[in-house]
Amino acid sequence: MRLLALTRDPLDEPGLAAAVARPSSGAVVTFVGRVRDHAPGHAVEYLEYEAYPEMVDAVFGEIADETRERFAIDEVGIHHRCGRLAVGEASVVIAVAAAHRGPAFEACRYVIEQIKLRAPIWKKEVGPQGAVWVDTRP
Amino acid sequence: MHVRIRLFAAHREAAGQDDYVADLPAGTRAHDVPRLLEARFPGLSAAAPSFAYAVNRKQVPADTELRDGDELALLPPLAGG
Repeated sequence: MRLLALTRDPLDEPGLAAAVARPSSGAVVTFVGRVRDHAPGHAVEYLEYEAYPEMVDAVFGEIADETRERFAIDEVGIHHRCGRLAVGEASVVIAVAAAHRGPAFEACRYVIEQIKLRAPIWKKEVGPQGAVWVDTRP
Repeated sequence: MHVRIRLFAAHREAAGQDDYVADLPAGTRAHDVPRLLEARFPGLSAAAPSFAYAVNRKQVPADTELRDGDELALLPPLAGG
């Protein structure tokens, strides 16, 4: 399994957790981002994810390299979905394996925050009121 | 010079296409492009304050000078995760 991927297929959290684990890994932390049924003030029926795929590959590579440099971890994996996702489906899975739990938790948090900041990915919320591209700027 | 422009999300939908090869004057900087393409893609100029720019798949400062053959992506506010 590729450890870094942007895919239209459903994500496999246990598969990615297994793929990052080494015999030295005493801890594997996973994060799953899911499509929720609401946004501030309105219901959400589904999300439409769009990406700049060639740049996502580059950004995921940079984030993974930084994560391995900053934290005492064995391995990190990032899988992100694109296309149409129903409520409850996973949009992103991150798995971090480390000898000990502390760095695994910290690195996992670092990865999701960096994805939010840097990955060229967009989503459109579609609900009863229509469709809107999400803008998370304050 | 020729620069490949990549459009995403609302701008891709409004344009009806996700890329476009623009013929731009030498010396054009990334942040000049929404204004230069306004006639072809109405609305780009108004959206310009919200854009980040990537040249050849790397995010760059808005005043980065473009070169012939570059790929310039106009990145609306990101919403991954």
